[in-house]
Amino acid sequence: MIKEFCAWLAATPLSEHIQDAFWVIPTVQTVHIVSIAIVMTSMAMLDLRLVGIAGRRQTLTEMAHRFLPWVWIALIVLLCSGTILIIGEPGRELQSVVFWIKMSLLVAALILTLIFQTVLRHRKGFWENHRAVAALLGSVSLVIWIGIVAAGRWIAYVEHG
Amino acid sequence: MIKDLLHALEASPWGTAVRESTWLFPTIESIHVLSLVLVVGSIMVVDLRLLNLASRQRSVKELTDEVLPWTWTAFVCAAITGTLLFSSSAMRYSGIWQFEAKMCMLVLAAINMGIFHLGALRSADQWDRAHGRTPVGARVAGGVSLGIWVTVVALGRWIGFV
Repeated sequence: MIKEFCAWLAATPLSEHIQDAFWVIPTVQTVHIVSIAIVMTSMAMLDLRLVGIAGRRQTLTEMAHRFLPWVWIALIVLLCSGTILIIGEPGRELQSVVFWIKMSLLVAALILTLIFQTVLRHRKGFWENHRAVAALLGSVSLVIWIGIVAAGRWIAYVEHG
Repeated sequence: MIKDLLHALEASPWGTAVRESTWLFPTIESIHVLSLVLVVGSIMVVDLRLLNLASRQRSVKELTDEVLPWTWTAFVCAAITGTLLFSSSAMRYSGIWQFEAKMCMLVLAAINMGIFHLGALRSADQWDRAHGRTPVGARVAGGVSLGIWVTVVALGRWIGFV
């Protein structure tokens, strides 16, 4: 099923345009990496703040207000640039196990971020009063984001359909 | 002379190991990407403050105290992993203009940082406070830095397509 879809997608005029223009993939990958820099740094700052080893001069709410809007904006850019990369090389992505591992990790990371954001908004002082839970959430989230970046690079190396 | 050095790098135990292993190159490259996104991201935090576009509620000094230790740690990791990747085919990489341009950009980034430190930052006590606007010199330094680092990423990615 996925194989047929990839073949169909790769034969669309848009995909052929992307494949023919040598500069599209490297340029879009550059946009993708710069956006990852924004998400990764913001999440690392927040996660390390949750663990308690960075940014302690600001409250968690202040840190979240500073960094989370950038995370969501950069994630939209990542979604768009990632989609262009998939259209350009469908088989490399959609038929790769590593790609789907990356997507699963991404879903997990987004759920954790939403939990953090929702609890922060609706239960004042929760993260400050539950240090252990905060540290756990922060460290798990950080490890997942590191996994996402690593998986992204490994897509280029693991055999795909 | 330089050729001998490049040969020595390729023949070194680490250069040989990275070249001959199937998993070392992607693993080191993953660490390189992870380090460089933290370098670029944390520098962007400062650059955007210098441009008065983010973190306005904090002074530049507070901000650099907060993020620059992370920047330098990540930069050291990126430099070490970058050297390892380079060593695996030093002769080939040194002949690629995108690689040479990337190294020049890193030098430019250092010069830009030096000018900022000797220039605008020296009068920081006159302008650097929470919600304060940065002077022209600081805004230029931030904008130039932002442009340089995006170019570094683009050139680095381009090397992989040559």
